[in-house]
Amino acid sequence: MANDATQSIHDPATAGEDQYLTFILAEEEYGVDILRVQEIKGWERPTPLPNTPDYIRGVINVRGMIVPIIDMRLRFGMEPMDYGPTTVVIMLRVVGEERERVMGVVVDAVSEVYSIGADNLQPAPDFGTRIGVNFVRGLATVEEQMILVLDIDTLLGPGLIASADAIEAEATA
Amino acid sequence: MSIDMAQFIDAFLEESFEGLERMETELLALDGGDPETLNTIFRCAHSIKGGAGTFGFGAISGFTHGVETLLDRMRNGEQEAAPETVNLLLRAVDTLRAQLHAARDGGEADAAEVAEVRTLIEAHLGDAAPTGRPADNHGVADSGGADAPADGNRTGPRGWRIHFQPYADLMRTGNDPLRMFEVLEELGTLSVHCETDRLPDNADAFDPEDCHLAWTLELEGDATRDQVQEVFEWVEDESDLLIEPLDAVSEPTTEAPPLTPEPAEMGATTPRPPEAPAARGGSGNRGAESSSMRVNAGKIDALIDMVGELVITQSMLTDISDQLEEDPSKIEAQIERLRTGLGELERNTRELQESVMSIRMVPIAQVFNRFPRLVHDISGQLGKQIELTLKGEYTEVDKTVMEHLGDPLVHLVRNAVDHGIEMPDERAAAGKPETGQVTLEAFHRGGNVVIEIRDDGKGMDADRILAKARDAGLVGPNQHLDRHEILQLVFEPGLSTADQVSDLSGRGVGMDVVKKNIRGLGGNVELESEPGKGSRLTIRLPLTLSIMDGQLLKIGDETFVIPLIAIVESLQTLPESVKQAFGKLPLYRLRDEYIPIVDLAALFGRTEPSPLPERALLVVAEADDQRVALRVDDLLGQQQVVIKTLETNFRKVPGTAGATILGDGQVALILDIAGIARMASGRDTRAA
Repeated sequence: MANDATQSIHDPATAGEDQYLTFILAEEEYGVDILRVQEIKGWERPTPLPNTPDYIRGVINVRGMIVPIIDMRLRFGMEPMDYGPTTVVIMLRVVGEERERVMGVVVDAVSEVYSIGADNLQPAPDFGTRIGVNFVRGLATVEEQMILVLDIDTLLGPGLIASADAIEAEATA
Repeated sequence: MSIDMAQFIDAFLEESFEGLERMETELLALDGGDPETLNTIFRCAHSIKGGAGTFGFGAISGFTHGVETLLDRMRNGEQEAAPETVNLLLRAVDTLRAQLHAARDGGEADAAEVAEVRTLIEAHLGDAAPTGRPADNHGVADSGGADAPADGNRTGPRGWRIHFQPYADLMRTGNDPLRMFEVLEELGTLSVHCETDRLPDNADAFDPEDCHLAWTLELEGDATRDQVQEVFEWVEDESDLLIEPLDAVSEPTTEAPPLTPEPAEMGATTPRPPEAPAARGGSGNRGAESSSMRVNAGKIDALIDMVGELVITQSMLTDISDQLEEDPSKIEAQIERLRTGLGELERNTRELQESVMSIRMVPIAQVFNRFPRLVHDISGQLGKQIELTLKGEYTEVDKTVMEHLGDPLVHLVRNAVDHGIEMPDERAAAGKPETGQVTLEAFHRGGNVVIEIRDDGKGMDADRILAKARDAGLVGPNQHLDRHEILQLVFEPGLSTADQVSDLSGRGVGMDVVKKNIRGLGGNVELESEPGKGSRLTIRLPLTLSIMDGQLLKIGDETFVIPLIAIVESLQTLPESVKQAFGKLPLYRLRDEYIPIVDLAALFGRTEPSPLPERALLVVAEADDQRVALRVDDLLGQQQVVIKTLETNFRKVPGTAGATILGDGQVALILDIAGIARMASGRDTRAA
């Protein structure tokens, strides 16, 4: 897979192509806009917040800033996984209406950086699960691998923040 | 020319707002035209005019020019500092402020108001000037953007004809003819004629960065040759310049310039885009008001000193570590030195922290200063005689606190003037001096800033407030309240609509909002009043919002912080004092009071509710008159914590007042006692 990566990285910003950082969740590959990635950290135990859904693991200190940590597996209703040495937290810049937020997402592992043209993004089918279709910007195929490109502003946006409890209620109902 | 002007514009605007405040204060203090005060006011106006000209706010610069001229006359004794003149100048200050706000936010100032005030000033000048030309001045005033030689009170064309032919590379050295012309405009009536003969014929030879133009300018007014020369000071070596008196040459081909500027020509030579200031920042700039602040240089020096000490301590510690490596045998002595060094470090860090915090502290004068004007205006409108006394203006408060303090204070002072102080005849009838006293005082007490607003007006009628409150259903028919409690009812929302209180003895309009704002800052407000003698409002605010004394405690394996100020006491339970209500709500009997025991781990959804152990540790805490007893596993130390909000990157979390970072880098939540009390009473099934 490393070969694929070098190939795609050395194809710099071709017109209409965006670069995506991909990560692995239960052997599936997901992509986020690389310009939104602030840093990648190792897992550390966050301070839990009261009465928040299970996928909000808590908050950690990133150079004096209090940053919430979201477990992507739990967010998508997947099997939880034990946090290990390869577990990483991707710090993302989430652009909201009023302001930008920094949030960390826990994933199994970071994978590659790909350039994907807008033409190569297919609209996502209706998943009909906890993953609302609006969280998915599109599907791309790179080297026969399917990549779900996520729209983090929707996924981690006001919906998640304000109605975290509501989502939880809906999910457990 | 790719310098980012935006940063300078911000500084200019900030200084101008301060200048206006200064002008206002001094104008109100202006007693019969004290020359020193007038000088100060004049200088403020002059700076604003100059800055506005430099940054291309021609209309503001032009407007200020008139104000400045009027002030100059007053300064020279040519015009009296009569009350109506002072009022006109105060109005001009308001208009200027509106124009500057418009320049900052990209909006439009009220053009009609600007034109009207401008006309009034011109008229004022016209009246006073012995050989003035009010008609001309009016014409200029109405034309808006262009500047007028308001002091052009001589007859006949006087001035200078300037031939200005820059060399081709003038603009490469950062000089801009446009700016020079703008300065010239301020010296008098300027007409500009542009010569385009030197423009190359074909486009290939045209270098857009070269200056191909030459100008003939005609400046009418009282400007001296030196003043004109000064404008071109920087480009003398890079241009051919000829300055001659207007009446010296009379070339028949040159059109005699009319007395008023020609708008079309002016427009062509000074294409300053009015949208420029608006476009420079968009929404981000609107916050500019709070994103920068002025700091006393002394505070910065103190900070630098402390950092110096910190560096010394650090080198001392390094030295100890080196010594230990070289000669491990003297370990005892070195450990002693290490302790001393760490003690130093702790002291340095604490002082540094205090010093950094003090940078955020600003004198409350910045809020107080607007009140002399406010009281002057309202009392004038109402026909009341009021003397406002400010005390403790240099009391310092946190910048954020101060920014949110302005509106509530305006409200309270307005109320005191409007409803508190009686009309002069009423006062005389009551045997009081006709002039009412309103005092605004700030001082530090304990860890708080206290602000008092006192008046010697008619006070409040507790019986009528109570009657109103009963009508509004705020107080039950049989509920008994003492006088103090009744007075605090004015802060209740139900009593606060205008029509309900206008017939009361005053106060109440929006008092609930005032209380809410003050509460939002972590403070409180109280009212005392005596009928016929006056009222006193006391606002208590925390010194700062970003740091507090906290008690660290352990619940389960988590560390929490509880504000020290909220703690009533900590105790070990006595088994006989633990009671149960409905078999599941544990209460603790403390002296004569039953306090609900809160199992925080369960309330926060961490664990299932667990039965209270035989001898549990309780922390009794109080907020908003509600007490709760928190079950804790251990009490850790007390320390100052820096409050960080969870809202920056997440949202408000019920039960918490934010978070802080502990010595080991871990995040600890700060408990919100009032929120916990609400949660515990609302969600008892999970809490108990």
